[in-house]
Amino acid sequence: MSDQFSLAGTTFSSRLIIGTGKYRSYDEMKAAHIASGAQMVTVAVNRVPLDGSTESFLDHLSPQMKILPNTAGCYDADHAIRTARLAREALDTEWIKLEVIGDPITLLPDNEQTLEAAKVLVKEGFIVLPYFTDDLIMAKKLLAAGCPAVMPLAAPIGSGMGVQNPSNLRIMREQLPDAIIIVDAGVGVPSDAAIAMELGADAILMNTAIAEAGDAAQMATAMKLAVEAGRLGYLSGRMPRRLYASASSPIQGAIK
Amino acid sequence: MAEISIQLNGERRPVADKTSLEALLEVFSLPHKRVAIELNGSVVRKNDWATTLVADGDRLEVVHFVGGG
Repeated sequence: MSDQFSLAGTTFSSRLIIGTGKYRSYDEMKAAHIASGAQMVTVAVNRVPLDGSTESFLDHLSPQMKILPNTAGCYDADHAIRTARLAREALDTEWIKLEVIGDPITLLPDNEQTLEAAKVLVKEGFIVLPYFTDDLIMAKKLLAAGCPAVMPLAAPIGSGMGVQNPSNLRIMREQLPDAIIIVDAGVGVPSDAAIAMELGADAILMNTAIAEAGDAAQMATAMKLAVEAGRLGYLSGRMPRRLYASASSPIQGAIK
Repeated sequence: MAEISIQLNGERRPVADKTSLEALLEVFSLPHKRVAIELNGSVVRKNDWATTLVADGDRLEVVHFVGGG
């Protein structure tokens, strides 16, 4: 399929971006990553333990994968900015998934702090991919701040609830036809991913739906296919919805 | 050599005065690759680790990467 996905000068043939958290083992994670066909994975920035262990988590990722560090666990712009700077220094990458959380129960984004951090980081040369509430006005502000894409949630992180507000995603797609929209968080099953793609999302970022599946690698394959199916469905243009039936077989010529 | 106290990844640790960041990683057996160091809220570039010395009461964060979404 030649329907490529271009983001900040990098071209991806896969529209699925996946996480590296919550896997039961490194082997399971690696198998899922391969099965997903994803070309970019997220990682979190964390304090090095002082127990002398020097194992690097990054050694368990395929060298072909583009690594997207996140600012998970940050509750204000200042923390997120510091975390992004550390990630850039450690990984030598300008790419950052900006995540500023508003409270620990819902993990919903603090949009105000996210925008503030985005403005600072864009000025510092970062490629800022912000996770935010599925809100058109916020998306416009983040794009105006210089983010190359916006990443609205489908549902709370790790909830697996699927697209809770399809109208918001549809409105965002229609009003921002040229923006790159990556649905981030909330996908639970392949149909959720397909729905988000059918609504016009350019890509999907997910973690828990694959990592917590009974068979992570098989679910990764299912998600890959769902993202592709949803994308093709969107590009094909859906039939109009009708309240009443419309016969598929000819009415004239049926025997009497 | 005089001993000072620093805050390393949230934990109070004694360390010899005038220890460089480079030496600090050695002292605590911390990895050198794909890590970053923040000293009192500002990132210290890798090139400056050898010449940056810690002082009493400094707050240091040494980070690496873990699984995440």
